[in-house]
Order: sequence, then structure tokens, then C-alpha cells
Amino acid sequence: MATAARGGRKARPAGTGGELVARFEVRYLRFLDERGEWVAEPPAELLDPELQLRNYRDMLLLRRFDHKVLMLHRTGRMGTYPGTMGQEAVGVGMARPLTERDVLVPYYRSATDLYVRGAALHEILLYWMGDERGSDFKAPHMKHDFPIPICIGSQLPQAAGVATAIKLRGEQGRAVLTAVGDGGTSQGDFYETLNVAGAWNLPLVIVINNNRWALTEPTCAQTACQTLAQKAVAGGFEGIQVDGNDIFAVQAAVAAALDKARRGQGPTLIEALTYRLCAHTTIDNAARYVPKEELEAANAAEPLVRLRRWLQNQGILDDRLEAKLENEIKDEIEQEVELALNTPLPPPEAMFDYLYAELPEKLWPQRAEVIARERGTGDA
Amino acid sequence: MPELTLVEAVNLALAHELARDPEVVLLGQDIGKAGGVFRATDGLWQRFGAERVIDTPLAESTIVGVSVGMAAQGMRPVAEIQFMGFIFPAFNQIATAVARMRNRTRGRITLPLVIRMPFGGGIHAPEHHSESTEALLAHLPGLKVVIPSTPARAYGLLLAAIRDPDPVIFLEPKRIYRQQREYVEDDGEAYPLEACFVEREGSDVTLVSWGAMMKETREAAERLAQDGISCEVIDVVTVAPLDVATLVESVQKTGRCVVVQEAPRSGGVASEIAAELAEKAILSLIAPIERVTGYDTIMPYPRTEHRYMPTVSRIVEAVQRVMEFH
Repeated sequence: MATAARGGRKARPAGTGGELVARFEVRYLRFLDERGEWVAEPPAELLDPELQLRNYRDMLLLRRFDHKVLMLHRTGRMGTYPGTMGQEAVGVGMARPLTERDVLVPYYRSATDLYVRGAALHEILLYWMGDERGSDFKAPHMKHDFPIPICIGSQLPQAAGVATAIKLRGEQGRAVLTAVGDGGTSQGDFYETLNVAGAWNLPLVIVINNNRWALTEPTCAQTACQTLAQKAVAGGFEGIQVDGNDIFAVQAAVAAALDKARRGQGPTLIEALTYRLCAHTTIDNAARYVPKEELEAANAAEPLVRLRRWLQNQGILDDRLEAKLENEIKDEIEQEVELALNTPLPPPEAMFDYLYAELPEKLWPQRAEVIARERGTGDA
Repeated sequence: MPELTLVEAVNLALAHELARDPEVVLLGQDIGKAGGVFRATDGLWQRFGAERVIDTPLAESTIVGVSVGMAAQGMRPVAEIQFMGFIFPAFNQIATAVARMRNRTRGRITLPLVIRMPFGGGIHAPEHHSESTEALLAHLPGLKVVIPSTPARAYGLLLAAIRDPDPVIFLEPKRIYRQQREYVEDDGEAYPLEACFVEREGSDVTLVSWGAMMKETREAAERLAQDGISCEVIDVVTVAPLDVATLVESVQKTGRCVVVQEAPRSGGVASEIAAELAEKAILSLIAPIERVTGYDTIMPYPRTEHRYMPTVSRIVEAVQRVMEFH
């Protein structure tokens, strides 16, 4: 303090005094608790039995898919894969309110939202089996959706860029939805995105899948903040925390945030609190670092069971329908796995053919070489 | 139309494209009302408005990352990084998204964007304002790295870069931003990005360079001509991907080659040129290929940067060595 430096007055201890110029609050949203009971009344449109049965079916499919991928990995037919077990309500709940005109910019643990958005399971499988074609989503409304990014947080400024284009063109009724993990909130790109999204009032919704673990590090290793939602304060816009195991809460929060964005009312940060019930990836062993008691508690709070209880209590779901869903899901997964496993390798020249609109002359001899080499060894 | 400097030609090209294509948008720090620290965007904010010439937050990763998102929507963002020394926060975006998006999506999403930045030494600027790190970018498949050396080329190449369907890194040699004036017709004619410019024909030795070092290279050719040595002078222009054919053709004629670059010697574009020539023109070579470059050291600060920079004398001496080699 200048006065203290002049020695005129005694300096106050840091953190005391001064006028209050700003104060911030972070809200926590939850409707359905672990027992499948309401703790608050959800928006009426979310009580539609058909919608929730569809949510349940997709969450169940993704749970079974996660297990199937692990089995494929253990039998040597699958590359490294980041599981989504326990986090199904986040992915399903966030992608459900998207319209075809919106843009999804996923992160790497995004099989859930990509599937609900319209990506085929075999596309997701192909990507993680090591085939670029997995990111060439064939669903027409996914034309502008971004590929799976590996570099943590790098997708966020790009999502802000899509939102910038939407805003500059004055396209009403379009918004961008992106996601990041709790670890990703430590990245500079995360903060830069909050900053520019606020400064430019962009039509952007960022969902943090706070599954409590960034590989082996718990969230407390990432931040001293009580919530990740409060990081929106630094961007000058709204941040909200939701129970990420309550699909009603996730869907309600994301739907409201997307609506707000589509109306030109700016960005929202949504922290979805969930738990990674699987390892970081198929090559990780979470038992080495996840406390057993914590995992047990997380299992009790997981998203699938509570939605099942609610559906059963409502008389929407019974054992017969459950068995029918399981069968349908099994068939879809089997078919998609077969499709992925039986996808022939791309031609050797494919490694050159998507570098530029037109291949520069310098690269033609290398392209010819990979073709000739493959023919020569008969690998093709 | 008065004669223009290189930076004025950049401005003219940007204005031309802003007027021609509503999808072209400029973004960067201080490029708006202020017109950029080198005045490259002077008057454009006033003429085209704040939604076409956008002042961004002071964050390079944001500038490039946002450009990626805009380009993915079909816009044609032209981003300015204030100095090449500040590119590193954006390097992740460049290496993992800009260079790869077409490949990552099998052509579903393409990025018609340009990242412009002034680079190079010799203007007595502070630390980090003088390096020539074009090789770091040239090494990334999926990028085109273009460097003009005259006002007319800056205009024609920048038009081409903005119209290109793929990302182009456009490096502007700031030492010659205002060194030369030439008549630049605002005719909207783009220059090819795929070709070197053979700007002086000669028979004894091929001098190859790009950017600001073209000035010393041209002067060396003049001085050598007085001694009866005939230099062919090639402005590489696009340092990645290289137009190898034009370089090979020239060396097959002259049998000698000196490559001049401001960047440090090892692992640079000059090395790639020397390697290509050694592979494709070895039997035409009657002397070793020489590289006249900056040294493999940290760019000295302004008081001593002159000791680092390649000079006309160093180029002349290298040519004399290859001429005397037998």
C-alpha cells in the first residue's frame, strides 16, 4: 500500500478491510437422489416417460459398451480406450438437448455424448482402434462436429472459435457445446477460453466432466477451488455445479444453457460432479490409487441405478422391458463391433491424401513409395 | 497507385480480400483501431468494422484456436501473431489442430486459415523479437509456410494464402517491411504458392534464399557479377512444402549452390534444401553445397545481433570457395 510505504499509516494485514466490490455464488443443481427420489422438482418436460426411457437405454448401452471395449482390449483387438463407466449421465444428459444446428466439440472421454449425438459405435471404436476414419462421422448433422481431441483442453479455444463464427454471422438459434475433464481445467487453454467466451459473450456451453480423477491425480491435486464451476467467475459469466449422476440435473442445466446461448445471452460453465468408476484407460490400473471406500461410496451414487429405480417406481420400466432393452443393446454392440473389426485397412496412400486439398509435388514420390512397398510385400 | 513497401503491400492484400470475400476476417492483438504494431492492418478497422478486424485478448493460443473454430465453419480467418517469438503458446494449436484437422477428419473439416507474423532479426528489437524459427513450422506436415521477399510478392502470395483451402503460415520479414518500395498493382492476382521464383538467371552458381536474406543475396550476386561470376538467384518463397524441382533444375545447370538463411544452421530449411540437392543432383555438383546461415546459438540481443546475421561478405566468400573448389 502506498500509504504504508510512505510510512504514514500502519499497513493492514492482507485480506482485511476494503470495500466489498464483488461477491459470487455457485449453485448446485440436483433433482433425483441416489434412491431415485426427488429432492427438487425437475422441469416438466424432463418427466416425459419416453425421453427418460431413451436416456436409460442409451446409458445402459454405453455401460455395456464400456465393458465390451475392455474385453476387446484384453483380447488384443482394441487400442487404448478411455472408459466412461459411471459418467453416462454426463455424456447422455449433455448431448440430448443438442439440435442438429448446434455444434458438438467433444473431448477425449466423449463416447457417451458422441453416441447420443449420432456417432455410430463402430466409428468411436475405429478411432480408438487407430483408424482416422473414426472421426469422419457419417451422420449428416454431425458434419461440423469436431473430432475427438487427445491434447487436453486444446478443443476449448476451437469451440470458442466455432461460437465466434456463429456470433459473427448472426446465426440465431445455434450454439456450441464442448466438454473437458477436471484435469483439463488446469490447462491454459481452459482459462483462455473462459476469458474469450466471456469477453465476446459467445454462444458456448462448456461441460466439465468432474469424475474426480485426472489419470491418477484427484481433483484436489488440480486446484484449491471448492468448485470448478466457480472458475466461470474469472470469465465473467455464469458457472453452475450439477449432480453429474442425476441425468435430470445434467440435461436441465445443459438445455437451459444451450437455450441461453442460442438466444445470444452468452456462455455457461457447467461442472458435472460424477465419478470415474473405471480406470483412466484400458491400460491403467485404478486399484493402485483409488481408495476402496471412496469407490464403494461412488458406486452407491452411480447414475444408472437411480434412473432405473425412478423408472420402475413410475411403472415405466419392468423386468420384461429391461430384458428386451438388454437384448437390443447386445445386438447393436455386437453388430457395431463386428463392423469395426471387419473394416479393411485404408489404402496406403490415405496417409498422404488428406494432408492438403492437393498433394504438393514434393510428396508424390513418398506417396508412390508407400504404395509400391505395400504391393511389393503383399500386405495390402 | 504510389509505390508500396512490403508492409503496405500486406495491408493492400488484406484490404483486397476483406472487400472481395465476406468470410475473410482478421483477428489479432492491437490490429483493430490501432492498425497493428507494424501498421499492417492500418485503416482496415475503420474501413471494414470491428466484426471484420477483430482485436483479440492477449492470448496467442486463443487467437489460433479461435481461428481453427471459425475456419471449421467455413470462414477464412487471417490471424496475426504480433511477433514470431510469441507463437509458442499457440504451438499446441498449430501442431495438433491447424496442421492436422483435414487429416484427422479424413477431409470432413478443413481449415482455410492464415497465421501471419513478423519474424527475423536486424531491427534492434528486444529479446524474443528477432528469431527465425520457420523450420519449426516447416517440419509439420499439413502446413504451408510462405515467406515473401518483395512488396509485389507479399501482395500476390498473401492473396494466395488467404484463398488457399489449407492453413498457411505467412511469415513477414520485418527487417525489410519498409526497406524497398515497388509498384504493386491492386489487381487481385494471386501468385503461386507451389513455386520458387527464379529472379536472376546465371550460369556459375545457384544462390538460394528467402525472406529478408534475399536482400544480402541479391547484393552478393551483384558484387560477384562485377568479378565475372554469374549467379542464378532463387527466392524459395514457400519453405514448406519445397519446390524441389526448380532448385534441382537450376543446380543441374550451374553445378554449384550456396543456400543463405538467417536461422541457425542445424536442422533448418537450408539443410533440407542441401539434402534434396545432394540426393537429386549429386552428379551435377562440381563443388560441395555451402550454407551461409545464422550460427547455432541463441539469437544475440540487439547490441551484438550484427555478429550473428549473415552478411553480403559471408555470401560472397562462400561463393568464392565453391568457385575455387576442385
